[in-house]
Amino acid sequence: MPKGFSSSVQAREGDERAPREGIRLRGNKLSFINELREVSGTEFRHCLQCRSCSGGCPFVEAMDLGPSKVLRLLQLGLEERALENSTIWICVGCHTCDGNCPMAIDIPAIMDFLRQKALERNVPVPEPDILNFHREVLDSIARYGRTHKLEIMLRYKVRTGSWFEDLDAGLRMLAKRKLDLLPSTVRSREIVQRIVNSPRHGT
Amino acid sequence: MTQETASTREIAFFPGCTLATSAKENYQSLAFFCERMGYTLRELPDWNCCGTSSAHSIHEEAAFHLPARNLALAPREGTLLVACPSCYLRLKQTQHRLLQDSEEHRRFESSWGTPPPDKLEILPFLAFLARLDLSPFFAEAGGSALHALRFAPYYGCMLASPASLPAQPSPSGVMESVLERLGAESCRWSHATRCCGTFLAAARPDIVTPRINAMMEAAAHAGAECIVTACSMCHFSLELRATRRQRMPVFHFAELLAMAAGIPGPQNWFKRHLVDPVPLLRRKELIA
Repeated sequence: MPKGFSSSVQAREGDERAPREGIRLRGNKLSFINELREVSGTEFRHCLQCRSCSGGCPFVEAMDLGPSKVLRLLQLGLEERALENSTIWICVGCHTCDGNCPMAIDIPAIMDFLRQKALERNVPVPEPDILNFHREVLDSIARYGRTHKLEIMLRYKVRTGSWFEDLDAGLRMLAKRKLDLLPSTVRSREIVQRIVNSPRHGT
Repeated sequence: MTQETASTREIAFFPGCTLATSAKENYQSLAFFCERMGYTLRELPDWNCCGTSSAHSIHEEAAFHLPARNLALAPREGTLLVACPSCYLRLKQTQHRLLQDSEEHRRFESSWGTPPPDKLEILPFLAFLARLDLSPFFAEAGGSALHALRFAPYYGCMLASPASLPAQPSPSGVMESVLERLGAESCRWSHATRCCGTFLAAARPDIVTPRINAMMEAAAHAGAECIVTACSMCHFSLELRATRRQRMPVFHFAELLAMAAGIPGPQNWFKRHLVDPVPLLRRKELIA
């Protein structure tokens, strides 16, 4: 039995006549879910497990769990497993899921929270390429105030050591001037830089 | 139309990074079309990136404060037209949170020296278009500007209704109704609201490529000759990741509007497409 649980099994062991208790989350687990509810501004406990979210998710086949199972893990208090899966990284926040959700749960906001919690706790990231890409984008915004696609792609390729993969796509883009050589920049760059370099979780 | 162009009104405009760089052709055609409709786009001075999916993914504070700076630069009231559906969502969510959260409202004012623009209406392009009286445009363009061009309308995630925002009027069907009036023929298909993958197109092409190919297959199966999208990010993913031998051209919605409105030399910016749409347009006798 994972720590922080009390379950109907335990209740029965204690007293044959005690009424069955549902799954109750206590201690650290409670502080985790309270933080999740506060930061995400949504109530995952309303999830009915109807799976409309996973059913409609355009990338569910590429995920290990899919959104409905992540929500189920949270309901069961299995936060470690909710932090170490690929689902939270592959989710692009397209809002198909919460548009489908009969309980209007803001699932992308939950994914945002879980991702950042995973970084804060140094949970191994099963999708390092995706994390690297996000880091390059934020670095680019810090440098120019706007995203500079060419530099993001080049630095991302260096960081992931995948120089020659995708070379064809890159060359086609350059030829068509899709990847501008010079960035489009903001004048008050230091302000934007301050925002991007402000404290964040674990990155 | 002539009367309208004589008295153009300025409208605040947030282009976003993609329109400012890789999708300049969308910016130019959008600006041309709006001008013909009587609106001059006035770019938000010194705007910055909205933070895109990456800030949301790993930096929640930046995901809030980057759009917030743009709101500080925006007019206090009136309309802010936003071309990119993703930037729109970020800006709208930030404004909504500022309206709901009095503490953030106060912090915004002390950071930027101005209260958040509570009365500003942040408007995505399709919603803006749906409000315009397009009858003079249709009359001038005629019903055959895009004669018999069979297109698959692609909305991507644009029609999703995020749980965090109050219900918005859906722009569903706007592209079809406008383009059909110009003589084009829309094809019903299965992937109109299937997400393009955004950053996965760069970070995990192995996931996105088969999906984009399936999308292109579906469009061809529905009888479409091209795909039309109102999102530059979708345009980028679709063009970049299609590997079918017969790559289908993808148009920015505004390009077709601008073409119908008579923009000179559309061939010049079609050069920027990864999949050249000129042969299709010539075959349909829509350009010289």
